[in-house]
Amino acid sequence: MRFLVRRFAHAVLLLFAVSLLSFALLQLAPGDFFDGLRLDPEISAQTIDGLRAQYGLDRPLPVRYERWLASALHGQLGFSLAYRSPVGPILRERARNTLLLTGTATILAWILAIPIGIWTATAKGKWPDHISGLATSTLLTIPDLLLFLLLLLLAVRTGWFPAGGMVSPAGDANVTFWARVWDIARHLVLPAAGLAVVALPMLVRHIRSSMIDVLGSPFIRAARAHGIRRGRIIFRYALPAAANPLISLFGLSIAGLLSASALAEVVLSWPGMGPLLIDSLLARDVYVVAGTVMFAAVFLIGGNLLADLLLFAFDPRIRVE
Amino acid sequence: MTVGPHRRKLWIALAFLGVFHLAVFCAGFLAPYNFAAQHRDLAFAPPTRVHFIDARGQFHLRPFVYGLRYAPETPSGFAPDASAVYPLRFFTRGAPYKVAGVFSCSLHLFEVDRPGRIFLLGSDAYGRDQLSRFLYGGQLSLLAGLLAAGLSVGVGILIGALAGFYGGWLDELLMRGAELFLALPWLYLLLAVRSALPLHVAESQVFLLLICVMGLIGWSRPARLIRGAVLSARERNFVSAARGFGASDFFLLRRHVLPQTYGIVLTQLALLVPQFILAEVTLTFLGLGVGEPMPSWGSLFSPLQQYAVLVSDWWMFLPAVILIPVFLAYYAAADAMQERLKTVTL
Repeated sequence: MRFLVRRFAHAVLLLFAVSLLSFALLQLAPGDFFDGLRLDPEISAQTIDGLRAQYGLDRPLPVRYERWLASALHGQLGFSLAYRSPVGPILRERARNTLLLTGTATILAWILAIPIGIWTATAKGKWPDHISGLATSTLLTIPDLLLFLLLLLLAVRTGWFPAGGMVSPAGDANVTFWARVWDIARHLVLPAAGLAVVALPMLVRHIRSSMIDVLGSPFIRAARAHGIRRGRIIFRYALPAAANPLISLFGLSIAGLLSASALAEVVLSWPGMGPLLIDSLLARDVYVVAGTVMFAAVFLIGGNLLADLLLFAFDPRIRVE
Repeated sequence: MTVGPHRRKLWIALAFLGVFHLAVFCAGFLAPYNFAAQHRDLAFAPPTRVHFIDARGQFHLRPFVYGLRYAPETPSGFAPDASAVYPLRFFTRGAPYKVAGVFSCSLHLFEVDRPGRIFLLGSDAYGRDQLSRFLYGGQLSLLAGLLAAGLSVGVGILIGALAGFYGGWLDELLMRGAELFLALPWLYLLLAVRSALPLHVAESQVFLLLICVMGLIGWSRPARLIRGAVLSARERNFVSAARGFGASDFFLLRRHVLPQTYGIVLTQLALLVPQFILAEVTLTFLGLGVGEPMPSWGSLFSPLQQYAVLVSDWWMFLPAVILIPVFLAYYAAADAMQERLKTVTL
């Protein structure tokens, strides 16, 4: 239990540090949302100062941070000047979309990676291993950007998949729930597949190497000497023993996945947090930027906490104080 | 395990990278045009084919290209005009350029006779030669990648060495800091840090800012690895012996501890350079990097955000495809160094 409590406290502390960092960075930025208005000769300087005062932009940094933190605890995360509404609701919808995308991609990637990793580990040095090694190192070097652009091209050229977006334009009126799910699923295919391909090579490599480590250990040799079937050795004995580094890997892989997801969202116009971040960045809509960074950190830290929980559940060595 | 294959792989990768970097360094010599030279009448022209055999089936030792004529019925809008033949000239004097930003020069590897044009990788919306832009853009992108990797590994060495060598609260503080930087997805972090900088500044400043931003983001992973290596190196007997002889901390670090981390440093450098190149490409693609008319690899791809370009102008993908073997070489070099490290320490 101490392990979990410590982990949780650590996560909260980390989140607080991230909030401080992102807020400080943003407030250091020169210029603000009203810079565009300032260029307009029709608008007087007093009007702009009034607007700044209305939104609290003229207050000192610690005061703004305190107010922002209080608003974050109410689920508002400040006020978006570009959307003219609290940041929380805007962000929650975007975050849900990103979560849907990265979650699907993660599941897809692991479902593919585990069998490939196990297969290449058991066939170490033979042709499936060589082919997979070649394929993973090639996939690693393809720039994510190129991959997503090619997927977009595929969608546009073949028309098999919708080219970007999350729902069809006319899809909101009087359709059934299942039609809506099907519509979103069709839109989800390309970005999720692209993300899974981005995440796959790293996963396959790690699964392979940790399986090879375990398969070479004495207890597996003993099991083999006892004449236990190969399948049982691999899935009942070796896989749980190899699970520890893989669960940590799951936590670590989320950071890379979120970054790749932001890029995929921009290229394939998936309405997630990535496009929101870039738009608000260009508009100097500081609270939206800070909120998006916070949400990304929450996902990441949440994923790592989940990994810790899984580790606690699967690895009895952790439970020993 | 033999050292041979890894060493061979390492040398092949390094030789390829050397040739590529040299080519980018000599962009002015290899590129037929200046990166900003526009040919408005030839917007989005497909890659020019170089011929040896002409329409009558006659072989020419000197390669030549055909002129382009406007042909709205073809997908690209241009068709070769067999009546206009322009031979290639090698080692010609053309548009002046600067080598390493200092020496003026006007020698070009190849050009075609005017009014012929040669676009080996096609042309962009302003009829600018994509090959020239790729080579010139590489100067910026590669330099950004190399400098940012150097900076982040430098910071990583400093922080990793301090944390590993002195330990205690300093170690705790620095490693918690590193964790904070690892706790954020790099693209989000990059964008957040980018947002702290002015949106519109001079090109050279953007370039320096980009390098600083990327360097400051990437230090945490090398720092953690170097800290680990320093921790174990610190306990070696010869280090204790040197300490016993009265060596100062700085001398110990410089002479005995840090040399043991060189394998990690080189491997991390080789891994970070392509990542930072990609980071620069991504930022510029998103419109937050170096702007026009200065080319960088990111700005070469940004036309692909337009539907028409994406669908019909396939050659706009070529620069990205050329990058794949470059990244492959970097990763292969890192891989080979890591394998060598294993065989050396075991």
